[in-house]
Amino acid sequence: MIEVNQLSFSYGNHAVLKNLSFSVEAGKLISVLGPNGVGKSTLFRCLLGLNKTYKGTIQINGADIKTLTTRKMAETMAYIPQSHVSTFNYSVVEMVVMGTAHRVSKFSTPSVQDYEKAYDALEQMSMRDYAQRYFNMLSGGEQQMVLIARALAQQAKILLMDEPTSNLDFGNQLRVMEKIKMLAERGYTVIQSSHNPQQAMMFSDEVMAMYAGEITAKGAPNEVVTKRLLETLYQTHVEILEVKGEQLILPLWGRRRV
Amino acid sequence: MLSYEFVENMKQKKSMKMNRPLIKLFVLTIILSIVLTCSFCFGRYHIGVLDLFKILFSRVIHMDKTWTDQMEAVVFNIRLPRIILSCMVGSCLAVAGVSYQGVFQNPMASPDFLGATSGAAFGAALAILLGLSSAMISAYAFLFSIITVGLVYLIGRYSPGNPVINLILAGIMVSSLFTAGTSFIKLVADPMNELPSITYWLMGSFSGAKRHEITFVAIPMLLGMIPLMGVRWRLNLLAMGDEACESMGVNANQMRLVVILASTIITAASVSVSGMIGWVGLVIPHLCRKVIGNDYKYLMPTCMVTGAIFMLGVDNISRNLLETEIPIGILTAFIGAPFFIYLIFRKESRLS
Repeated sequence: MIEVNQLSFSYGNHAVLKNLSFSVEAGKLISVLGPNGVGKSTLFRCLLGLNKTYKGTIQINGADIKTLTTRKMAETMAYIPQSHVSTFNYSVVEMVVMGTAHRVSKFSTPSVQDYEKAYDALEQMSMRDYAQRYFNMLSGGEQQMVLIARALAQQAKILLMDEPTSNLDFGNQLRVMEKIKMLAERGYTVIQSSHNPQQAMMFSDEVMAMYAGEITAKGAPNEVVTKRLLETLYQTHVEILEVKGEQLILPLWGRRRV
Repeated sequence: MLSYEFVENMKQKKSMKMNRPLIKLFVLTIILSIVLTCSFCFGRYHIGVLDLFKILFSRVIHMDKTWTDQMEAVVFNIRLPRIILSCMVGSCLAVAGVSYQGVFQNPMASPDFLGATSGAAFGAALAILLGLSSAMISAYAFLFSIITVGLVYLIGRYSPGNPVINLILAGIMVSSLFTAGTSFIKLVADPMNELPSITYWLMGSFSGAKRHEITFVAIPMLLGMIPLMGVRWRLNLLAMGDEACESMGVNANQMRLVVILASTIITAASVSVSGMIGWVGLVIPHLCRKVIGNDYKYLMPTCMVTGAIFMLGVDNISRNLLETEIPIGILTAFIGAPFFIYLIFRKESRLS
């Protein structure tokens, strides 16, 4: 359970987040929609406790995150970045076992049990066979799966994902989203920022739309994602059609600006 | 069928996880002991292997004396300090290099990345100019090395923007400032006595290794090496980027500070007794990455052992190749640079 109250954040004079208040229930998959630069990443940094100079309060399971240590935060919340290519190439299992860092004492290395956790996490993402492959050599979709496995090895119940499907091809986008949906069904709370309203609509339990630093709408996807909302958020004409019981967003070309 | 698969699975899991790196480390340790033995035996005064072991063990258990006093003196007073010192310096430079590479996520990082060596050079040159004793030259080198990196760290930490890039830029600037200072000292130094000894110091050597030098550097080396070995696995997390690192429960800035501090102390201690020895801190980490992978859990101990092997080997060449001793800094460059080019051409999956 996450509760955000009157959250504001600014870089110098530039206010990025203005008085956000919302709550996220446990076990839900929430997609945050909004145009580029609207402050999704800033919001995530605040939730992760990386931006500490925000105004307002963020509570996780009743505890203010400002009172939690970095280690305690890692126990409750895991972050899945957009695919990250590191300078030094690690094997998949070396990468995933890093998720256990908060349980490994400061002057120690991961135990056999921690490696078991890493293998279990890979198993959950159907990536067990990739354990000895090298991360930088994997495709974007596989890398994303490994990063999610790393978050699972962390054994935190809340997963924060920064546009998990942004660099993936069509098939991989769907496969990764299916895995994320599965995790939510297994009881994880997933908050993902999404660049793709269609996906947000199809997979999430709730959609939260951000515009100009504020929350403009939040609720069930079918109610929130409307023609008007999309036209405001993305400054482009769309039509929403119903095909085989699914809502389909159709961008209209020709007249781009509203 | 299922149980067979399970067993195979477990085997694979185990061998991948534990055994292979440990076996490699074990082999490296054996190589180190062979090189150690050779270092005791070779030299202007040859000592047989059997005599060597007798001399060494005679200090612990009683033995019939079959060797001369001169041999014993060579082993204990000349070769032993020199061997211990070059092992320590080799290990420290390699470990410092690999740590800096992790902190800056930069494969080009080496112990002189933040100006530790140029600061030491300036300190040593200054001490020679002032006509101080050799112990004071080491002390000055150590002190100025720490001061230089401290300066770089303060500039990097408190300037706006990306802390890693600021540190690198500050390192380049402050280094060149101290290098200019060293050049100025060379200019004003007495060309008959001081200038040659400054130049010689800058080329690096273990030829004057004394026992008191070992005790002088052992303390800072241990002080730096122990925390580095302790936090070594966590260095991996820094390579994942600061955000990911913190979200996994490790404070990135704190890690960086600890690792930079510890690496700087061991680098400063090394150069203060050996002079400028380049390339070890760059080539050895890359060689080890090729051999054992990038996981610092194994990479760090591997660097420690391999650094010692390399330094001992090069020091043997420096002592034995020509009639006069070749300064070791020249040799490490002659061996290190071509070897590094070879490593680049043999590019495998592990580097970059």
